[in-house]
Amino acid sequence: MEIGPIWRAMLQNKGGYLLIALQIAVTMAIMVNAIAIMQERSIKMARPSGIDEANTFGVVSVAFKADIDLKALIDEDLDRLRSLPGVVDAVATNSFPLRQGGWSEGLTREPESGTSDSSSAIYFVDDHGVNTFDLVLLEGENFAPEDIVWDADTDDPWPAKAIVTQALAADLFPDHEGSYLGKTFYFDESNPATITGVVERMQAPWPTWTGVERSMLVPMKREDEFVRYVVRTEPGMRDELMPRVEEMLAQSNKSRIIQYLQTVDEARKLAYLSDGAMIKILTFIVILLTAITGLGIVGLASFSVARRTRQIGIRRALGASRMAIVRYFMIENFIVSSVGVVVGGMLAVGLNIAMVQAFSLTPLAWYVIPAAMVVLWIVGQAAVAGPARRASIISPAIATRAT
Amino acid sequence: MLRYYFKLGLLSIRANPMLSALMVAAIAVGIGACMTIVTVRHVMSGNPIEHKNDVLYHVQVDNWNPDEPYEDPNLPPVQMTYLDAQALHDAGRAYRQVTSFKAMRVIQPVGEDARPFQEDGRATTADFFPMFDVPFRYGSGWDRSADETEERVAVISSELNAKLFGGEDSVGRSITLNDENYRITGVLDTWNPVPKFYDLNNNPYEAPAQVFFPFSVAIAGGFDNSGNTSCWKPIEEGGGRAAFLNSECIWIQMWVELQSAGDKQEYLSFLDAYVEEQKQLGRFPRPLNNRLLTPAEWMEDREVVADDVSVLLGLAVLFLVVCLLNTIGLLLAKAMRRAKDTSLRRALGASKAELFKQHIIEAGLIGVAGGLLGIGMTWLGLRGLENVFIEYDFIDNLVRMDWSMVMLAVALAIVSALGAALYPTWRTCNITPASHLRLQ
Repeated sequence: MEIGPIWRAMLQNKGGYLLIALQIAVTMAIMVNAIAIMQERSIKMARPSGIDEANTFGVVSVAFKADIDLKALIDEDLDRLRSLPGVVDAVATNSFPLRQGGWSEGLTREPESGTSDSSSAIYFVDDHGVNTFDLVLLEGENFAPEDIVWDADTDDPWPAKAIVTQALAADLFPDHEGSYLGKTFYFDESNPATITGVVERMQAPWPTWTGVERSMLVPMKREDEFVRYVVRTEPGMRDELMPRVEEMLAQSNKSRIIQYLQTVDEARKLAYLSDGAMIKILTFIVILLTAITGLGIVGLASFSVARRTRQIGIRRALGASRMAIVRYFMIENFIVSSVGVVVGGMLAVGLNIAMVQAFSLTPLAWYVIPAAMVVLWIVGQAAVAGPARRASIISPAIATRAT
Repeated sequence: MLRYYFKLGLLSIRANPMLSALMVAAIAVGIGACMTIVTVRHVMSGNPIEHKNDVLYHVQVDNWNPDEPYEDPNLPPVQMTYLDAQALHDAGRAYRQVTSFKAMRVIQPVGEDARPFQEDGRATTADFFPMFDVPFRYGSGWDRSADETEERVAVISSELNAKLFGGEDSVGRSITLNDENYRITGVLDTWNPVPKFYDLNNNPYEAPAQVFFPFSVAIAGGFDNSGNTSCWKPIEEGGGRAAFLNSECIWIQMWVELQSAGDKQEYLSFLDAYVEEQKQLGRFPRPLNNRLLTPAEWMEDREVVADDVSVLLGLAVLFLVVCLLNTIGLLLAKAMRRAKDTSLRRALGASKAELFKQHIIEAGLIGVAGGLLGIGMTWLGLRGLENVFIEYDFIDNLVRMDWSMVMLAVALAIVSALGAALYPTWRTCNITPASHLRLQ
């Protein structure tokens, strides 16, 4: 009804309106892409690691004297840890999920193969590995105590059994259906291993790795100066036990140091710190941006009202209601916003395509665009409401005054 | 006349305090967002050894798997095998050569109740210190002869010196690493190259090592590599440490210093000849693919600037665009509102050029104010980043502002404000004289 005259009036001052529309468009492009990145990051951060994160911590022992009996030390440490009240189980291993440092190996389906068919994170464990990490065995069974070998006691670099994650099994044998038990893969031509168990989930230590769901447990203990113990406690006991474990290990042998006491929660925080930070920074940018665009609309609308004071007075004197004046500014803003969000939608998609190509981000979900449109329409209407209300209380008597 | 225009500009800014504040704030926030990210990027992509960029080279030889490259597209491995590092070092064909790797060591302070602690160590060769211009507070690096004789000598950082010796000159004294005594030959001055160009593995922004010792000592002592080790070919079974040293596993960083840029070709030919010779022995199954990269090229190749920072930079630039569009809109509205004054001035004889000067000066004032406030905003932005990343112990290396960044902030603000002022000013200048003087 009033759109026609309002539109024609706007064409008289195209430059000003185009500027706001453009501002809204660029705001929208940034907003949509920021939200797309935030969504991608929060999905990534929500992935479970597969282990009992809340009750697990790691601690490292570094032996620094040459004459130390490492095998005895590690076995004694494990006995001490496992018999500590409040400890569910403990294992000597090399890493744990979310720790961002670990061991990976290329694997093949055939003994003589130049390139690897898959790759996996390796966790060296004994028969307490599955319980310590609280893994869900989908099929097969845990290692038996007699499966466990010391690396120094054998010439074979790899044991003949492995417990693999579901994701690793599926990646190694993509065409296979049914049970993966008994399937054989190769570390290299002379080192085959048979799958004796499949666990539902246990992430590799690197959350940024595309193969993060591929890992395996290997029944081997390593005679090394540097050994990492992973300890799982009864619920709620972790924080109390950590200093006690540290003290107990430190006191038991002075030829080594105890360090890197770290909960899995802390490791998770560190592993996803940049993703969490990205979400915070982008949230801040979007809020600031919306505020600036909103304030800009307020400023321009106020100007527009001030410039048209006399016109508004005349309209009022000619019988326009206050609502009609408010509606005029609201509709004007709605038109500008609409042009802005339509152009903005196109800019947003263009920017997203460019970013997906340059930084291999996930493409944005379609519904973010209409959602951002609605938000910007609301922001525009809210911003213009104040100046429009001020316009509506201009007295009709203004019309009779010369400026 | 210019002074008069300054006065007019200030008057006009004061006449609309809210609006002027909004314009200044918009520019400041836009500049702040941009400069925060630009500053981080500037530090991340910095080259701490720029003054020797034309003579230092990171050495790569391609000993990788015949069936697949180390990295697409056909890039040579990022580190070197012990065999090659040792052979190239011993050949001594460059002016200086460094082979090194990261090796954590347990430091045992003197005293009954002093607790041993672990620190980042670096096994390296004598040339490391003169080659990378490492500053010394006391003493110096060790001689090349110490590398040959596997002498237990060490260089320690000033932090470690403060911790162990209270900051005194500790040259000639002894330090115990993993139960072995080393003679200290030098104490470093503050040295924290960001990025840590000589070893970009793991984390390029972490603090440098606290203790340095000869590469030959670390090899003879069987020190474990604390950095990355990658292998494409299985290590000979049951061969122990010797088999690892003779393997095709890569774990050592090698750098050379040449005396002039022209020597690069010569050194490359030497590398090619070396690889050809090794091919005769059955190694190096891939085609010749050796590389010498300068520190700048090497950091570019390893993409030390995180993708997130580039994404944020793009968004921050767009953010600045929004802030400027906002300012253009407001300046335009202001100019239109003053159309009456302007047409009066035109009617009284002011030329377009004079009007242009007047309005551009006003915009410039807003730009300077926005720029100064923008520096403050940048500082706040950097403190914000520091807070968000507080758990990274290296974050304070990345959120430092230097003078070049301050100058850039002011320049960007003024250019932005003047750019923003162009269209409104042009519209103002085109107002016809006396057009707005009749009674409305």
